[in-house]
Amino acid sequence: MKDIEIIFPRNFDLKQFIQMEAEEPFSMNAISFLDALATILRNDLRSIHFPEIYTFAFFCRKANLAMLKRTYYPCDRSRLGRGIAFHITPSNMAMNFAYSLVSGLLSGNLNIVRLPSQKFQQINVICNAIQTLSEKQEFKLFTRRILLVKYPKLNSATSYFSSICDARIIWGGDKAVEEIKRNIIPPKAIDITFADKYSLCVINADVLIKENSPKNIAQLFYNDTFLFDQNACTSPHLVVWVGSEENISSYKKIFWDNLHHLVIEKYVLQPYSTIDKLLTFYNQLIHLNGIIKTTTPDNLIWRVELTELTEDVTKYRCNCGYFVEYTASSITDLLPMISKKYQTIGSYGIAKEEWDQISLQKNLIVSERIKPLGKTSEFSFNWDGHNLINELSVPLQLDN
Amino acid sequence: MNIEEILKIEPYSLDKTTKHELLSSYLSNLTEYHYIHCEPYRKILTQIGFDPKHKYLHTELPFLPAQLFKTNKLISTPNESTVKTLYSSGTSGLTRTHIYLDKENATNQTKVLVKIVSSFLGNKRLPMMIIDSDSIIADRNQLSARAAGVIGFSLLGSKPVYVLNENMKLNIELLNTFLNQHEGERFLVFGFTFMVYQHFYKTLLDLNLRQNLSNAILIHGGGWKKLEREAVSQQGFRNKLKDVCGLQNIHDYYGMAEQAGSIYIQCQFGHYHASVFSDVIIRRAIDFSIAGIGEEGIIQVVSLLPTSYPGHSILTSDKGILRGEDDCPCKRLGKYFTLTGRLKQTELRGCSDSYE
Repeated sequence: MKDIEIIFPRNFDLKQFIQMEAEEPFSMNAISFLDALATILRNDLRSIHFPEIYTFAFFCRKANLAMLKRTYYPCDRSRLGRGIAFHITPSNMAMNFAYSLVSGLLSGNLNIVRLPSQKFQQINVICNAIQTLSEKQEFKLFTRRILLVKYPKLNSATSYFSSICDARIIWGGDKAVEEIKRNIIPPKAIDITFADKYSLCVINADVLIKENSPKNIAQLFYNDTFLFDQNACTSPHLVVWVGSEENISSYKKIFWDNLHHLVIEKYVLQPYSTIDKLLTFYNQLIHLNGIIKTTTPDNLIWRVELTELTEDVTKYRCNCGYFVEYTASSITDLLPMISKKYQTIGSYGIAKEEWDQISLQKNLIVSERIKPLGKTSEFSFNWDGHNLINELSVPLQLDN
Repeated sequence: MNIEEILKIEPYSLDKTTKHELLSSYLSNLTEYHYIHCEPYRKILTQIGFDPKHKYLHTELPFLPAQLFKTNKLISTPNESTVKTLYSSGTSGLTRTHIYLDKENATNQTKVLVKIVSSFLGNKRLPMMIIDSDSIIADRNQLSARAAGVIGFSLLGSKPVYVLNENMKLNIELLNTFLNQHEGERFLVFGFTFMVYQHFYKTLLDLNLRQNLSNAILIHGGGWKKLEREAVSQQGFRNKLKDVCGLQNIHDYYGMAEQAGSIYIQCQFGHYHASVFSDVIIRRAIDFSIAGIGEEGIIQVVSLLPTSYPGHSILTSDKGILRGEDDCPCKRLGKYFTLTGRLKQTELRGCSDSYE
């Protein structure tokens, strides 16, 4: 295989790797390793620049893993990892690979992870930490379960790793899934794939008026959107307003003005995105009814008001700060809209009970992907309809 | 003024005030025409508050992103049966731009192209060599932008000779015959920039052929993207051609399938010139306001020619800098500018694609 760059380990032994065995989910080894990883990451000075590394370290510490174990693996000795998990992670996300690896380790697998082609400092920090741990006697054996590679698109490596894996995780979108699936996996192996999805958020203006610091709310929304160029599958494209007409009309403006200030301060506008925004808007005008553009001071934020909510709205979207807005009388207005294409719903000022009710009515498990505003990108083993721990492991039939 | 009268004007003869008046009044009417005849266009204009009866300045008229022609059928002529489709390969390679041309529109494009180029070359038709293959112009109802360009330019010379075969190999014999026939004469060479580089320059270099093209005038266009990939600059391209065959009289032009005909030719001072049939407006990305002289921005192009499709005001993905108006040392009137590259769809963060 050409052009494969092995990032970890330094001396890789394929034979040895393949011969290692799967273990049970949430093994002591895995938990100790991740907890040690968390400690190193928290102490790494470079982490200061990357709040997402702290978030990851927080996720990996022992106390959190113990809590997750209670949810995802309540009965000891009931399951076993599938074997080799092959992870293909998005090229433009820094942290996704790390969470994918954690899912693979905690479900008891050996892991081959294709890292993003783009250079991210965050990835170096995490890989260095893994390297450090691998040099310690207590983790020497466990870290043999990890292979981190980089290779260019259209490489025979995808085909080879696919041919030896027991589970393949493809982090979308549709086109990538389609292309990667052309590489055959063994009959007993499974694919976990993530399709293109549309995310939205709901803001209750009646709660927003009680907020002391509107800037904070804008910051939360910024974290869900601009932080990922509004290009993560969890980033909202549609903003639904609920509440009294009066509160909506006055607080909407305050919300967007605050966001605009933040964007000016923090965001680097990609000139190409402005053409894309204009293009998206014109396509919407041609193909959808009842579209009105809200005047904004510049091209940093584009807002388009919808007078009717139809599923077609998902077809025309844009990144880098393009939002479709809709005013609903209540969240039940969303019912006909919440289809299989929806991924994450950011929620501000809506009680959990209200969401539970809507879930029941629609027979939809929407509530599992309802996240508070600012936390839509937060990782969970329950992702987009997949329980990663269960799907990456098999039951041990010890019942009788 | 109607288009027949306008087509009689010399390409670089109108000063700022006269030209702006002409553009504003003509393009306002043209916008109204497309508003009436093209439904998707009308949908857009209605929603953005366009008043078809109002007389706008040409800089105030709406502009469409060029990419809109990839995903929508935009046509303003009632009689579709007379229409030829011009398509461009599209930089992404996935979807192609489709431009619908009726006879009148196509004829005007050709007339303007001839006027613009002859103002650089003189009215006498020169012997002409085309660095392309005549096989690409076989189907005249479905034309690629490249083929349309070749056909348009072929009208500028007498008895054009196509020196590439259908496999894009340089036909050395044909080249030699042409050069022998026209030894000592001025002659015209036309080709797309990348074709000239890849199939003409490189072949001469590889075969170590020392031809003499010092009497030739090269007109080339089609963009620098592929050459940038090979790390060849504009100046590098010129130097290489001079070294390998003495070719020195070289004019690049800036043009696009959406506004064929009204091209922007580079003068001897390296400036691209807007003729009276079209104009450039450089816009700031931050709010699409108009950039000043010397300030880089996104290039908007307007043209008087598009009648069978609403392509008279287009926002390109090219970056450029306006260098001045009416005062280029080459004495041509009108705006002149330089190109600074294409806006790239830079890699965004997010989880859109795990296979790049």
